Amino acid sequence: MKIRAIALHTLKEAIRDRILYLLLFFAVVCIGFSRLLALLTIGDRVKIIKDVGLSSLSLFGALMAILMGTGLVYKEIDKKTIYTLLSKPIHRYQFLLGKFFGLVLTLLIMLILMSIIFLALIFFHTFTIEWQLLIAILYIFLELCLITSVALLFSCFSTPILSSIYSLAFYLIGHTAWGLETLIEKIQSGFGKFLAQGLYHFLPDLENFNFRTEIVHGLPIPASIFLYSALYGIFYTLFVLTIALLVFRKRDFI
Amino acid sequence: MAAVLLIEDLHKTFSLGFIPKKKKILKGISLAVDQGEIFGYLGPNGAGKTTTIKCILGLIFPEQGKIELFGHPHLSLQAKARIGFLPENPYFYDHLTAVEFLDFYSQLFLLRKKEREDKIKSLLQVVGLEKSADLQLRKFSRGMLQRIGLAQALLNDPSLVLLDEPLGGLDPLGRKEIRDIIVRIKEEGKTVFLSSHILQDIEMICDRVAILINGEIVNQGALEELVSEKILFTEIVFSGVEEKPFEALGDILPGPGGRRLLKVFKEENVEKVLDILSSGKGKIHSLIPRTETLEDLFVGMVKQK
Repeated sequence: MKIRAIALHTLKEAIRDRILYLLLFFAVVCIGFSRLLALLTIGDRVKIIKDVGLSSLSLFGALMAILMGTGLVYKEIDKKTIYTLLSKPIHRYQFLLGKFFGLVLTLLIMLILMSIIFLALIFFHTFTIEWQLLIAILYIFLELCLITSVALLFSCFSTPILSSIYSLAFYLIGHTAWGLETLIEKIQSGFGKFLAQGLYHFLPDLENFNFRTEIVHGLPIPASIFLYSALYGIFYTLFVLTIALLVFRKRDFI
Repeated sequence: MAAVLLIEDLHKTFSLGFIPKKKKILKGISLAVDQGEIFGYLGPNGAGKTTTIKCILGLIFPEQGKIELFGHPHLSLQAKARIGFLPENPYFYDHLTAVEFLDFYSQLFLLRKKEREDKIKSLLQVVGLEKSADLQLRKFSRGMLQRIGLAQALLNDPSLVLLDEPLGGLDPLGRKEIRDIIVRIKEEGKTVFLSSHILQDIEMICDRVAILINGEIVNQGALEELVSEKILFTEIVFSGVEEKPFEALGDILPGPGGRRLLKVFKEENVEKVLDILSSGKGKIHSLIPRTETLEDLFVGMVKQK
């Protein structure tokens, strides 16, 4: 109940923030732009729209999560609203979880809005609603939950600008870490390989949530991969949230 | 009677700066606040008043010491459910209206919708903001923010209200209004813990005070025990007579329009002054005996430290 009250307040705060609409506007522009790109392409135009559209959903969703998530806790501390909030009968974990769920709810609403526009655009081309695209969108949502938890973690001890840079780095590393896999195969065993392997397991692999290519091109995906990716997302998010809670639990608000 | 708020040997050190430098803020604070009183927590800026309040609220963790609220550990939700808090220079969610803001906070006390609506309506009336109920907090003036801050501190009908500099930055009228509300809170049987450096306000409404200087309580007790009723000197403003005969009786200062201000330190000399004035047909403009004030006590202690 208390977590719900904080989450709904966070949602209210987020939807009254102009930056959200700015990002939503650009996301819609990008989705629309995919139509233009399709015109310039030889071959299956709808695939281009699908690919660019899904990428836009992922990128702008991530930007929303980062730009809003990093300010979540910091703003409360900076503006000192946290003093009165935490003096009420709530635990610190309830505050943090409330913030997390509030932003996740905001992102869900935004993702649904963007998806409706995206699916409508495709409907005008194929005259069918391509439900399988929802699977790709669902995994984008899981990725956004993870990014939100990371942004929240940084926001617990750092300023919004630094937190945004850290979170953006997390996003970029997460989408390029799969390159290490290729590197591990190429280099000979030794310290270098050991280091690359260690790094690969330590760094997040956000490509686990990327089913865009398979779904756009109608390639088969084994159920075990879906399951693995979902569990990876859920456990990674829980892990980051736990660290955030530990950081936040003993923090002094000077 | 058990103390509503009990603090024993509270210590807190902050490490500040890029290269952390330790600074002791609280050096063994002990105090007890009783049921139904207004307790003034007095000290100059930077003495550690706000740090003490933050320790009570669990916003800061002390290294050493014990804090109890109503006999419970201060971090328990049971204890927190019975307190209200107004921070210094309050700032709240400026995208919310007064009603939305109070409704959000009241949900944290698990009040039902109907209860919440009734409570918010009556509180807005208490703090005189019923006409601004649907105004966004960003449009609120300093005084209005202070009043909505008081309203949020009273949402749960608290037994203990902690107010950090509630009268700071307000105009005389605003200060009087807040002071009246604080006295009303006391009349309802609630206990008030009030930190301030505005001495007149503390003197006017507090039952007991603790004086905090450099993280240490240097004096605490009932106001009448701390400040003696003894007359320090008498100020007499007169005109129409020569000042020569008064020179031996006290310090004399020239004033506007031929008036003289005479500071008489011995009570028996006051009568002599009055005799001389009546025989010389002089005019007395005012005669004010000055007793010791909290300010005298406070300034003396700060200087001593």
